[in-house]
Parts: sequence; C-alpha cells; structure tokens
Amino acid sequence: MSASTQTADSVERPPLPPHGWSRQRVLGTALVALWALLGVGLVAYLVSAWNTEMFQKYAPGYVSGVGITISLVAISIVAGAILSVPVAYGRMSRNPVVASLAYAYVYFFRGTPLLAQAFLVYYGFGSFRPQLDAIGLWSFFREAFNCAIFAFSLNTAAYQAEILRGAIQAVPKGQWEGAASLGLHKIQTLRKIILPQALIVALRPYGNEVILMIKGSAIVAIITVYDLMGITRLTYSRTFDFQSYLWAAIIYLLIVETLRHGIDWIERRITRHLKR
Amino acid sequence: MRIAMRIALAASAALLALGTAQAQEKVVKIGTEGAYPPFNNLTADGKLEGFDVDIAQALCDEMKVKCEFIAQDWDGIIPALQAGKFDAIIASMSITPERKEKVDFTNKYYNTPPAIAAPKDSDLKGVTKEDLAGKTIGVQASTTHFNYSSATYTDSTVKPYPTAQEYQLDLANGRLDAVNDDIVVLSQWLDSPDGACCKLVGTITPVEDIHGPGAGIAIRKGETELRDQFNAAIDAIRANGKYKEINDKYFKFDVYGG
Repeated sequence: MSASTQTADSVERPPLPPHGWSRQRVLGTALVALWALLGVGLVAYLVSAWNTEMFQKYAPGYVSGVGITISLVAISIVAGAILSVPVAYGRMSRNPVVASLAYAYVYFFRGTPLLAQAFLVYYGFGSFRPQLDAIGLWSFFREAFNCAIFAFSLNTAAYQAEILRGAIQAVPKGQWEGAASLGLHKIQTLRKIILPQALIVALRPYGNEVILMIKGSAIVAIITVYDLMGITRLTYSRTFDFQSYLWAAIIYLLIVETLRHGIDWIERRITRHLKR
Repeated sequence: MRIAMRIALAASAALLALGTAQAQEKVVKIGTEGAYPPFNNLTADGKLEGFDVDIAQALCDEMKVKCEFIAQDWDGIIPALQAGKFDAIIASMSITPERKEKVDFTNKYYNTPPAIAAPKDSDLKGVTKEDLAGKTIGVQASTTHFNYSSATYTDSTVKPYPTAQEYQLDLANGRLDAVNDDIVVLSQWLDSPDGACCKLVGTITPVEDIHGPGAGIAIRKGETELRDQFNAAIDAIRANGKYKEINDKYFKFDVYGG
C-alpha cells in the first residue's frame, strides 16, 4: 500500500532550506534593483531639475492646492458619513419603499462617474438659477467649491452606506439575540455591542474610501475648483515642465502614505483586545 | 485581344495607384483644439471646421502636401506636438515668449484684439482694472487671456475654465460678472442664440509681452524647413486671394490685423 510505504520520517521532514541563486531569487533581486534604480533616477532627476526661481513662483500655488484638496476631501467624507447612516438604515430596512429608495440612491451614485456627477451639479444646477434663487439656494450653488462638496458628499455617502451596511451585517445575528435576551434596547445594542465590532470590519474599507476620494478629487478642476491637480495643470501649461506632475504625484503619495499609517495605528488601537 | 486589354487595364491601374501614392507622399499632421468657434470647432458628427481648419487646408494645398487633422485638448496641445502626435499646431495659438521657449512659431496668420463681455444688465463701464475690481472674471485656462487677466485684474477673482463653452455657461447663469477672450470668439458667441444673455463691454489694447504679435503656427523646435514652407504658404495665400476668401466666409472684417 502506498500509505504504509510512506515513512513518518519523510512526512515530518522540514523543507530543505533554500540554497544558492535560484531562478526566482535572481529575478526578484533584479526586479528590486530595477525599482531602486528607478527611484534613484527619479531623485537624481528632481535634484538636477531643481529650479529655485520656479519653486518660488509656483510653490504657493501648490500649497493652496493641497489645502483645497484636503479640505474638500475632509468635509465631503464627514458630510458623507453623516448622510450614509440613514442610507445604510434604508438599505437594511424591511419596508420595501424605504429599501428601494436607498437602493436606487446607492445604485445611481455608485454607477455613474464622479466626474459626471460634479459636472451635473455645477452646470446642471447653474441652468436652474431662477428656481434656485426663488428658494434661496443659489448663493450656495453659486460657489464652485460648494458644488464640489455637494457632489462629493453625495457620492461618498453611497459608498460609505454600503461599507456600513456590510459591516453591521457581518456581525453575527447571535450578538443581537444575546443582547435582546439580556433586555437591552435595540439602540443600546447597536451602540454598545454591534457598532464596536462592525467598525473593526469597516475600518479598512473606510480607509480605502478616503484614499479613493483623495485621488478622485483630482477631477474637480473641470468645475473651476483648483485643487492640487488643477494647480499642477496650470503650472504645467505655464512651464511645460514635466516635473510639475512629478511633484503632484509625490505630494499625493505623501498624503496617502500618511493616511495609511494613521489607519494602521487606529486598527492597532481598536483590535488590542484581539491580540494575544 | 482580350488579354491585351487586360494587360493595358492592369498597367493603367498600377500607374494610377503610383500617381496617387506620389501625390500623397508627404503627410503633415495638424493639431487643433476643436472647441474654439469660429476658429476651430468639432461638428456634431465629429468633423473639424472653422477658420483655422480652412486656413490650414489652404496652406497644405499651397505646400502640395496632404493634411491630417487631429483634435487635442488645449492643455496638452504643446506637449502633444513635442511628443510627435502631430507636426504643427494651427489652433489660434498666440505667439508668446513663454511658448517660444518650447516651440518655434511661423509668422502670424491673424491678429485680433482681446475683449471683455458681461451680462446685458451689467453695470460695467469699461475694461480697466478699476472697472473690474471685486468682480469675478472667467477665462480659458492656459491662454494669453488667462495670463493677461491674472496679471492685470489683481483686484478681481480670475476663474480659469477648461474650454470657452464652460465660461459661457457660467456667464449666462450669473456665476461670472465678466469674461475675457478674443473679440471674434466673443462676438460669434454673442450673436448666437446662446449668447443672448450677454453683451460686449469693450476691447483691450493688446500687450506685446503677454498677447504677442498674433496667432501663429507652432512647430517643433529646429524644424526650420517646415516653418519656412508655412511662412511662404501664408504669404502666398495672402497674395493670391485665398486668405481673403476664407476670411470673408467667417468675418466681416480683415482678421489679419495691422
């Protein structure tokens, strides 16, 4: 029998330690070297192309662009988070009218490009000025920045509602039942038992959503909000110097990297009780 | 008899093919924007038309080359030229010192002054910095008009838009108090039903440092042969009446300027 011929010895033997330069190892080292070379080349290029005059002329623009990008994303994410609570509630509701309304909302905002939504809000509402004037909303929609916040908040609310719904539904039903058997009210259960567990599940997707918003916000210049990307394009159109885009990429990378570390830190904090 | 006919037919077909191949030997690719009527515009079925396009066609006929037109966003039009997507930009591009550092220009092929437009009920009196203080001015980004507005109207808010169509929308709906662009582009729009909202306030005296000597054809640096060909062709169509014919098709006055 094949089973009997296999000795215990041959089963338990640990795999041989890797030795020498296997093909994978050569390939891996070569790839890492290539990446390192590209990195060095990038730094060398930026150092060699450094132009103090250009820096003094355009750096203030970049600073204001970063400010616009960050405030736009921060406000939209917070407004979207608030708005996502009723939407997520609607998505989980047993009432067919409420559920289908929430579904339609999520369906529309996840199914159409953010670019189109921003354009629709800015120029679409712009053509209804008399009506908006009549209800006193024109002063809000007159400002391009407000239109951007409006469109971005509605968009991210749809995504955040799905994240929230998924996270709440990921908590086992037994938690609800257990809480009910202890006589806890539904709201209490949600706040003290379900949400703390759901947020652990939701944290990573939330982080992704913020990162996606930061990069997604780069389209906002088409409605005349000059964020980091818009400023970059303006700079490029004055200087025709490729490094204006490189600097933008580096700044975006720095923002996202900072955020990633922040989320890692939060995750370590809220999962302390799960660590052995 | 029949075989002889066939041979003759085949031979003449081959000759014909050879002839056309020779005539089409040199192809010059022309980049233009396609969002700047009446100079260059994309029709609903995706064809390019306008003064720039007709002039380009006339120049190519004069130079005995075949032209291919390529539509390209304004923002990226110079990089696309440098990347070799096309060989020349004929898109109402003003000859400016900043651009001259990156590309070579032919002589101007037209020169019209910039102007300011505003809503019909506007109380704008003129086009000076004081007149426009505190107002919001729309311009197309990456243009001489943007450069002029941001340098001159320092007490106003200057809002850059991707194309002319977008600032027109915003002037019509009241987000803007005024817009700054070429007078021909503005008057064409104001004469159309879409421009019924607004009126011309006045023209701006061009500033040589910002506006340059007029619109020229941009080509890659160092391609002097192509530039000389274009310059000769511009002079030729000016002399033989072709320029005037195209000019009169679009404008009531001579856009070549002084």
